[in-house]
Amino acid sequence: MKKERVQKIGFFLLFLCMAITVFSLVAIIYFVASRGMQIISWEFLTQAPRDGMTKGGVAPAIVGTFYLTLGAILFSLPLGLACAIYLCEYSPKGFIVNIIRISINNLAGVPSVVFGLFGLAIFVKFFGFGVSILSGSLSLAILALPIIISATQEALLAVPQSIREASLALGATKWQTIKKIVLPTALPGILTGVILSVGRVAGETAPILFTAAAFYLRGYPKSIFSEVMALPYHIYALMTEGAHPKEQTVIAYGCSLLLLLLVLFVSFIAIVIRQRQRSLSHG
Amino acid sequence: MVNQVRMKAENVNFYYGRTHALKNINLDIYANQVTAIIGPSGCGKSTFIRLLNRMNELIPNTVLNGVIFLDNQDIFSSAVDPVEIRRRIGMVFQKPNPFPKSIFENIAYGLQVNGIKDRSFIENKVVESLKKAALWEEVEKRLHQSALALSGGQQQRLCIARALAVEPEVILFDEPCASLDPISTAKIEELILELKKQYTIVIVTHNMQQAARVSDYTAFFLLGELIEFDKTQNLFTAPKDKKTEAYITGRFG
Repeated sequence: MKKERVQKIGFFLLFLCMAITVFSLVAIIYFVASRGMQIISWEFLTQAPRDGMTKGGVAPAIVGTFYLTLGAILFSLPLGLACAIYLCEYSPKGFIVNIIRISINNLAGVPSVVFGLFGLAIFVKFFGFGVSILSGSLSLAILALPIIISATQEALLAVPQSIREASLALGATKWQTIKKIVLPTALPGILTGVILSVGRVAGETAPILFTAAAFYLRGYPKSIFSEVMALPYHIYALMTEGAHPKEQTVIAYGCSLLLLLLVLFVSFIAIVIRQRQRSLSHG
Repeated sequence: MVNQVRMKAENVNFYYGRTHALKNINLDIYANQVTAIIGPSGCGKSTFIRLLNRMNELIPNTVLNGVIFLDNQDIFSSAVDPVEIRRRIGMVFQKPNPFPKSIFENIAYGLQVNGIKDRSFIENKVVESLKKAALWEEVEKRLHQSALALSGGQQQRLCIARALAVEPEVILFDEPCASLDPISTAKIEELILELKKQYTIVIVTHNMQQAARVSDYTAFFLLGELIEFDKTQNLFTAPKDKKTEAYITGRFG
């Protein structure tokens, strides 16, 4: 009898922890949605801010976030893919590769504001890109790199050795094997990593703080050397600056809801891709 | 009748790091014959068969001494391309390992990586290979479905068809029935007997009855050494070495 009671208490505690987690998630979504919903309208999505950020919409921030995220992925995807393929498939296993792996994992743990400072020093100042979409995208790309590299590495390692051998035994070269067998098999895992990094990059504030983001702009960016507004930074600006905190707070919640929906949407796509992969690989 | 030697191992020693896995192996493999390699786990039989198509060199920290010939050419000589050797010497593995692609693509793959682009040639070759592997009738209506939906035995015959498609000269079977049920095993054995008319075959097996059923020659390996090599009939009925006798009568292994 005693064993059973211990088991019941154990299960109850596990259930409780799960319930707390789910509750906080639901609470956040409900809280943001209930406060942000009222402001969201066609005008909010398509107009620029007016009257000291108390009226109008947040369209330039949406556009800015889109450009910054797109830029970050354009830089980090090819680099991250190539790096992961090299590390997994080509580099001789040993001490140095282990060091590189550990460094990449550590890169993932670096506070994002550090990437912001690095971006300011290197891209804005040293390369002279200025405060611009380019500098911001590059800073965000460094943040996304370790996510993409480790997702790709995991996906590559999950490809069974047996099908690589099957390919080589048919007279395929290593490169053919990687290109035609390993990468297609690993693709869903890689895509999942890319999509997760999109979610992460879109929501980051610190790396663009000094490298890309503008407090308030009238128009849309004209080139990759323009400053931009961005959703996360816009929230920050609304909550810390300006003379009309009451109106600004509502807009900030609207922006938060947009960001939240964006990230949820992106995660949803990642889940769909993973499901499709599972159904494929089981016939 | 004297059989013609197709492959030949001369004084082959092989090391995984410091482990001496194969000790001074000398073995002839005859054309259009089935050569079985038997022995207990860890005796080096899989290591040996994977040397014959240069698969072992993909493992780091391994050393090979000695020579292996295919038609009097040293397959490890620097003038020889390992990729070409693997095309000429096909391999079927212990566990069926189809690619996560359709049945058609599984077989077409080997042709494509070897530079064949002619669609109708590929289509004919796919059908021909499936027929040779005795799988055609079971899959003819679902060539474009995933190969992973096939049963284990069908997958293994698909892997044989895939190996046949690139027109190898020698086919290596590394315990091809280890993960199959008795009916699938019987089909594969039947197939091996059929294939030896056209190909030279080497098969590693755990199962002595299987070696007796399918092979013409048998090599008995123990602890990295080749203990005895003879016609299968002789080896099983009148083994010359005490250790061979002990193994085939089931006293160890």
